[in-house]
Amino acid sequence: MDAIAIISIFVLAVFVGFEVVSKVSSTLHTPLMSGANAIHGVILVGAIIVADHSRTSLELGLSLAAIILATINMVGGFVVTDRMLEMFKPKKNSSEKGGE
Amino acid sequence: MSTNLYSLIGLAAGVAFILALKGLSHPKTARRGNLIGAAGATVATLSVFLYVNPIHHLLPVLGAIAVGLIVGVPAARKVEMTQMPQLVALFNGVGGGAAALVAIVEYLHLGKDATTAEVIFTVFTVIVGCVSFSGSIITFMKLQELMTTRPVVFPGGRFVIAGTLVAVLGTAVWVVQALGTTPLLILAALALIFGVLFVLPVGGADVPIVISLLNAFTGLTVAASGYVLSSTLLIIAGTLVGASGTILTRLMAEAMGRSLFGTLFGAFTAKPQEASGTAEERPVRSGSADDVAILLNYARRVVIVPGFGLAVAQAQHTVRELADLMISKGIDVAYGIHPVAGRMPGHMNVLLAEANVPYDQLAEMDEVNPTFGQTDVAIVIGANDVVNPAAQTTPGCPIYGMPILEVNHASNIIFLKRSMRPGFAGIENELLYDPKTMLLFGDAKASLTKVVSALKAL
Repeated sequence: MDAIAIISIFVLAVFVGFEVVSKVSSTLHTPLMSGANAIHGVILVGAIIVADHSRTSLELGLSLAAIILATINMVGGFVVTDRMLEMFKPKKNSSEKGGE
Repeated sequence: MSTNLYSLIGLAAGVAFILALKGLSHPKTARRGNLIGAAGATVATLSVFLYVNPIHHLLPVLGAIAVGLIVGVPAARKVEMTQMPQLVALFNGVGGGAAALVAIVEYLHLGKDATTAEVIFTVFTVIVGCVSFSGSIITFMKLQELMTTRPVVFPGGRFVIAGTLVAVLGTAVWVVQALGTTPLLILAALALIFGVLFVLPVGGADVPIVISLLNAFTGLTVAASGYVLSSTLLIIAGTLVGASGTILTRLMAEAMGRSLFGTLFGAFTAKPQEASGTAEERPVRSGSADDVAILLNYARRVVIVPGFGLAVAQAQHTVRELADLMISKGIDVAYGIHPVAGRMPGHMNVLLAEANVPYDQLAEMDEVNPTFGQTDVAIVIGANDVVNPAAQTTPGCPIYGMPILEVNHASNIIFLKRSMRPGFAGIENELLYDPKTMLLFGDAKASLTKVVSALKAL
């Protein structure tokens, strides 16, 4: 791939990454970290690609290990984030009736 | 599937990840954001199977994914909320390990055909991925209390760390020049060791910051392996996580009043903790549930300060019961939430949200601190470091400079504690010996239940 194109993608992604999370309350720090953690589990795609073109059993073995680890990272990460966020949900009714 | 379509799907997944991070930054959209991210990752994974068609070694690949699902999903579903931070650390570690393995396989595959740029990115991925892997394992062990939560410092530690780093970088240069499998494996081993040494000196309370930093590291390794594999998707996803993870790490460090540098290297510059007062017996005032109930019954304003002990005891529902009971008696009740109470930022919010505590009763530190002067009783439930005045009064102690909840300004302080054991950071809390402090020993849930029934009886 063209080096300039890659650098452009990289730099733009850095700025987008900075921007989207710059104003997040501490309440959401943990779920946000966990969600970002799940996103890098997409290395699974890379693990599948290297498994596909592996020629030796060493290459295949290592890439299968990578697939296992990446799947755990990705799927487990999204599930645990969802569990954390599930608890923020039912708030609408209770905040209405407050006060003295 | 055509290459263009595959690339467009990758782009769509990249956009989904941006929307996911954006959504996760706001309470209302957080859950949807996470689902969008999961959808993007799923679509990206499926598209590989359609693009690389027929895929070699299909059955082993599917088998490996199945194993990952069988391990990952139940772990994520069953984990207690108290143990969630270490699970996140573990997930991050395996992600870093996966990225390092992918880079190693691609390196073996390319052999002598690899360009210098590809080798450099491979070397980067292997180093940082291995550091993230072994570092995360150590943070997991610290949080799970499989090892000491205190900073581990040994004589000459900083020279060993610096030496290991030099060895890592030297081996990296060797790999780039010699292009052999053996140098790469030596590099991986050294990077694993460096990851361990890098995290060992970090004290317990700072571990979440390190998890966040290692998370950003793993993101960057994914981006680097995206370069080697010519995958725009991996570059976008990895860079996003690397960048947002860096910002998040800084935000967390700020919430704890720590500099990132101080977090990582503080243990080397701080003077060794003198063990004063830990062994000697000092008088404390302990009371019964009835004493606590009487104190609460005549209070006008009560602030509840939850900490990790609340999480351990799963006492969030009981504490809500107590708060509701006090409110029905006309007492003004608020929860004082320290941003890093528990084991991770926002831990208490998650826990209290589970018990349906109304959001408007949760007061952040800046809101609640000025009100402690008018507070009759502060109930500290299983928290210690986040209310320890040493953070303000004792320069040189590991938590010095961390903003605290100033419960010492309240007229009465009640500590619900399991024992006199110091908090996660391992620092003695003078407040426990304060004359206006009363201690109620025992499991937080059992103690609270007793207080609730005593208060009902009054």
